[in-house]
Amino acid sequence: MPPERVARRPASLALRLTVSIGLVIGVVFLTLGWVIERSIEHHFAQQDAEELGAVAQSVQQALATLQPGSSSDAFSHSLAGAVSGHHGIYYYVADRTGTTLYVTPGPRLDMIARTLPVATHVALGNLHVWQELGQSYRGAVLEFPAAAAGLGPFRVVLATAIGFHQHFLAEFRQTSWIAMALAALIAILSTWQAVYRGHAPLRDISARIRGISVDRLHLRLDPAQVPIELAELAATFNATLERIERDYHRLSNFSADIAHELRTPVTNLVTQTQVLLTKTRSTDAYREVLYSNLEEYDRMARMIGDMLYLAQTDNQLIKPAVVEVDLGKEVDALFEYFEPLAEERQVQLTRIGEVSVVRGDRLMLRRALTNLLSNAIRHTPDGQAITVSLQQDDQGTAIEVANHGDTIPPEHLDHLFERFYRVDRSRQRNSDGAGLGLAIAKSIVEAHGGTIAARSCDGINSFEIRLPRRLT
Amino acid sequence: MQWIDGGADVKLLVVEDEIKTGDYLRQGLIESGFMVDLARTGLDGHHLAMTESFDLVILDVMLPDIDGWRIVASLREAGQRTPVLFLTARDSVEDRVKGLELGADDYLVKPFAFAELLARVRTLLRRGMVPIQSDRLQVADLVLDLARRRAMRGSIRISLTAKEFALLELLVRRHGEVLPRSLIASQVWDMNFDSDTNVIDVAIRRLRAKIDDAFEPKLIHTVRGMGYSLDAPDAA
Repeated sequence: MPPERVARRPASLALRLTVSIGLVIGVVFLTLGWVIERSIEHHFAQQDAEELGAVAQSVQQALATLQPGSSSDAFSHSLAGAVSGHHGIYYYVADRTGTTLYVTPGPRLDMIARTLPVATHVALGNLHVWQELGQSYRGAVLEFPAAAAGLGPFRVVLATAIGFHQHFLAEFRQTSWIAMALAALIAILSTWQAVYRGHAPLRDISARIRGISVDRLHLRLDPAQVPIELAELAATFNATLERIERDYHRLSNFSADIAHELRTPVTNLVTQTQVLLTKTRSTDAYREVLYSNLEEYDRMARMIGDMLYLAQTDNQLIKPAVVEVDLGKEVDALFEYFEPLAEERQVQLTRIGEVSVVRGDRLMLRRALTNLLSNAIRHTPDGQAITVSLQQDDQGTAIEVANHGDTIPPEHLDHLFERFYRVDRSRQRNSDGAGLGLAIAKSIVEAHGGTIAARSCDGINSFEIRLPRRLT
Repeated sequence: MQWIDGGADVKLLVVEDEIKTGDYLRQGLIESGFMVDLARTGLDGHHLAMTESFDLVILDVMLPDIDGWRIVASLREAGQRTPVLFLTARDSVEDRVKGLELGADDYLVKPFAFAELLARVRTLLRRGMVPIQSDRLQVADLVLDLARRRAMRGSIRISLTAKEFALLELLVRRHGEVLPRSLIASQVWDMNFDSDTNVIDVAIRRLRAKIDDAFEPKLIHTVRGMGYSLDAPDAA
């Protein structure tokens, strides 16, 4: 096992959305359930308060009618009658000394009278809930002032059994839990379903992308046909595909060009050798063909070398070894190199402008300039001039190689830097160059982060290299 | 100078697994006057290099059993100072630097011209010899005065440009050798890559016009498909 942990795939979008929406739904339902339960409970308490209040009033009235010296029976009778019509109500009346005057059968209210705080009237705030022998009661302890001299004040305990309410609440709670759980489940499932359906455009895009193959690289996603959130993705994908398509076509054209460029010389070599071998010839004739073959091999080897170099610079396999390069000195050295050739053709080489040193790979830049110069010399009529001008500004350094020559039709200008591109297609193979010189120059300049462009007007053709101010 | 034609006592070891390449290298080098041992595997090559004495080893880097770099490293570790020229199919800076760091003396990228190989071999063999310190070079009646940068053919002084003189000096110093155009370009103009122009041919033609056209014998020879050489007729 490798020590570092493999990066885990992030959780699926459907799962993330469902979990977060599920959490929200759960919290909402729980809150709702709690609020409903509380309000029902509150409602019950209020009902109890009203009923107990009514009973309290009746008891107080009954107590008011009592005369001192009444018998305890009359007392009981009067109090028992006070609460007729109220079911499940218990009460207890005691005098000031704590002697029980009346108590309904049921819970031990005399105990309650001693433990709970005392109030003067029944209200929601002074009701208490307690349990006795498995039954729940809500009630209050009151003190009624003396009704007549010698009687009272009275201590009265009123209670109502609330088991029925609690039973109802428990049932309600259970039902609502089941209902809420079901609702939450349905909500989560439909969220899941909605998320899945919401991703349908993604699956559509994926299906379209799957349909793209090497022979159908022209297919594109339509950003107008996808949801707005995916439009950027579609546009980015299209742009990537555009680049891939362009590079792919360039590469396949390149392979076709290589095949074509190599087929011609190989065919020539084969034919020439076969013809040579059809009969016995003089040593000189053999030697002649071998020499001619050698020249052809040489050209092919050079072309292969150039193509390899191009492939390497294009794929950044060759990194410029950056040093300070004095372009003026380089141009002068190249002029010295080309001088015999230029002089023979009576082509004048001139340099104008001075620039301070640039940073770059000396050999690579020299090679790019050599290719531009040899291209210029090749296309300059005898007796004309080639001018190399150097300029520097805030943007960087510009090197322009300009020569007199036939104006190049504008439709060819952009293609000049393509491999094997020839303005005159009929001049397929001539002695000079494999048609890779300008492509190599472009590749080198681009490896330096610069640009190269061709211009042609009024019989002046010029190639301009622009190198950025600071090379990375 | 026996260096020019190799010489019977100059022994080379060629380590090359590619059958055809190995054969033509051996034949070419033997016909250039060297004694050649050919090893077809890295192990054979290593064994030969360790047990016998050679003046130079030509080593292919890409061998099926052990690669050329390991052979170089092992030779150098064992204290063998025999010059090594390595042949590589991969033209990357890292490869070259690696080879030279391991103790190889020079490299050549495949495909190469045989004349180029021959020129490099001779350069390496010449290395280590004490150069003859002289202000004068002479081939037949051509005399170069190195101090004053002057050329004379017989008693006639020939006026040359600086580059023409440098070109002539190279040809004279290495007279008898075929110098490929690429070698001339790199030695005289510091152009270390193939250029598709015929600049060298033009330069040679102009030099010829000055030192050969009006004189006999002709000294500068074109070797078709390979390059140029400067030679007095009796030595040819």
